[in-house]
Amino acid sequence: MPSLGSIRRSFAPWDDPAAKPYISFKNVTKRFGDFVAVDNLSLDVYEREFFSLLGPSGCGKTTLLRMLAGFEEPTEGEIFLDGQSLKGVPPHKRPVNMMFQSYALFPHMSVADNIAFGLKQDGMEKGARDERVAQMLKLVKLEEFAKRKPDQLSGGQRQRVALARAVAKRPKLLLLDEPLGALDKKLREETQFELMDLQQQLGLTFMIVTHDQEEAMTMSDRIAVMDKGIIAQIGTPAEIYEAPNSRYVADFIGSGNILEGNVASSDDAHVTIKGGDGEIVGALRGSKAPANGEAAWFAIRPEKMQVSRSKPENVDNALEGEVWDIAYLGDMTIINLKLDSGNVVQASMINRSRLVEDPIGYDERIWLSFSADSGLVLER
Amino acid sequence: MMRAITNRLVIIIPYLWLLFFFLLPFMIVLRIALSDLEYGAPPYTPQFSLADGWNVMWEKLGQLDFENFGFLASDSLYINSYLSSLQIAFFSTILTLLLGFPLAYGMARAPSGIRPTLLMLVILPFWTSFLIRVYAWIGILKQEGLLNQLLLWLGLIDTPLEILSTNKAVYIGIVYSYLPFMVLPIYSTLEKMDESLVEAARDLGCTRIGAFWKVTARLAVPGILAGCLLVFIPAVGEFVIPDLLGGSGTLMIGKTLWTEFFNNSDWTVASAIAIVLLVVLVVPIVLFQNAQARAAEAGR
Repeated sequence: MPSLGSIRRSFAPWDDPAAKPYISFKNVTKRFGDFVAVDNLSLDVYEREFFSLLGPSGCGKTTLLRMLAGFEEPTEGEIFLDGQSLKGVPPHKRPVNMMFQSYALFPHMSVADNIAFGLKQDGMEKGARDERVAQMLKLVKLEEFAKRKPDQLSGGQRQRVALARAVAKRPKLLLLDEPLGALDKKLREETQFELMDLQQQLGLTFMIVTHDQEEAMTMSDRIAVMDKGIIAQIGTPAEIYEAPNSRYVADFIGSGNILEGNVASSDDAHVTIKGGDGEIVGALRGSKAPANGEAAWFAIRPEKMQVSRSKPENVDNALEGEVWDIAYLGDMTIINLKLDSGNVVQASMINRSRLVEDPIGYDERIWLSFSADSGLVLER
Repeated sequence: MMRAITNRLVIIIPYLWLLFFFLLPFMIVLRIALSDLEYGAPPYTPQFSLADGWNVMWEKLGQLDFENFGFLASDSLYINSYLSSLQIAFFSTILTLLLGFPLAYGMARAPSGIRPTLLMLVILPFWTSFLIRVYAWIGILKQEGLLNQLLLWLGLIDTPLEILSTNKAVYIGIVYSYLPFMVLPIYSTLEKMDESLVEAARDLGCTRIGAFWKVTARLAVPGILAGCLLVFIPAVGEFVIPDLLGGSGTLMIGKTLWTEFFNNSDWTVASAIAIVLLVVLVVPIVLFQNAQARAAEAGR
């Protein structure tokens, strides 16, 4: 039976019932006046995990992070860190450090002084402090910039100073609020891998807030997809991508096609729905099939469909339509197909060969085919 | 080409301004300060004049006796006036800072929607004449004034406080009048400060109070310095407030200068007082400029 595993195969404490969670949100609610930022949320994160909170702005992900750091107190519920309740513990007494979205570097201090700030607060003596600062500067490759002020650095360098300052005190848990948000695309991709290396190297637990699903997918052991103060789904990147539990998650993660219909028939592995685009058979998510006649949605990723000019034979599903848009991205080509129902479906093709004899063009009528296991039938 | 000329013109304008409205009047006052007193109109004899021609003027400049400045040193009234002015200005500046900083801090941390209103309220007193506002304080501070009536009615005091015509009234007047000059520069530095800096400090191990001193107060220093100078400098030379609110015992150099000029008609000594006052004030200004230049240098 094929499965969706974690990237670090041996690392999956969330599947181990005996594993003790490192961070535990227990029925946490946070209200700001009438606005409910976090709604009765429970969540366990394990030691050494790289955990992402992913969602659109206003979904409550930053509030969760700020409650861990101690800048906000839950209205209801409790948060535990390593078994200890964090209730009433002020930020400076928590073994947690945060890297701020704005980096929040002290403008009146040099890079070295910024990194040393937290160590000085702890009363670390000068010799040990200087050594630790040098170590941190080396870690983020900024040795030559120790004496510079933050405004004499580039955005990428500032980001690394913020990171060095946040890990200088060797916190058990590092919170990162949109750590790569201010970097340009290329630098962001490089930094993603640097962050992963750093997390492995230091053996820390990372909790990161991001609205960039690609970033979350690349770095995380697990992702919590959030929506309006609740967790819509929690799982490994592959689980979230390949087995979304709702239309919201399917739509938020990656690009997806969602076709609407009503359940026509089902067995223990597949469900057939019937809608404006005819009958479509997809994999059943979960163990219990929905009753016939109920509304359901079929979700499929663009890369899971085959494109052909002639009607494909011996396939579970086939859709015919007119080419509406073609986007050539170099590594792949994306085709938007307008079905006869008016729905637009996206398919992508990897460009394996440099030269194509007769590429598909605008306004052609083509077919998309896919097996029953390529897509999922969702109930909500 | 055209651009270069325009640029130069733009730079020249402030210098022309300084020349006509500061340097020329200063030279005129200096010339009077170097003259001899005489009974007449004007009540002084110039010791030199451009009309003599350059050579004669240089020669005469070499023979100046600076007797008016010598006179200032000979009479303790003047030295005491300067010292008392500096003292009153210094303590008023500190009081204004103690009052102005929390005000500015509260404004900068208020919801952004009401900040323009708060700012407006700070500026609002400027809509009434300064003189009238100081006069109004007489009505508040005098023996049977509003303040005493209120305190008596509340039962906090049995006999009216004697505030008007003392240095206390001068302090109140200066703090009241110059408070906006303290609040505004501090507000503007606090307002543009990133709130997450304080959170970062707390996250790294500072208590609330520690973070306030190490980050908020430290980053507000340029605003605090600017506010202190804006209060201190005009307060030293203040004339209206000590004259209206102070008593006969209130010594301030602005008042002494006024007396010399109008009551004694001694333009030459009055001018000498003004010149010395300027020199006294230039020192803190230069120090401030240096501090700012160094801060700008360090920030680059």
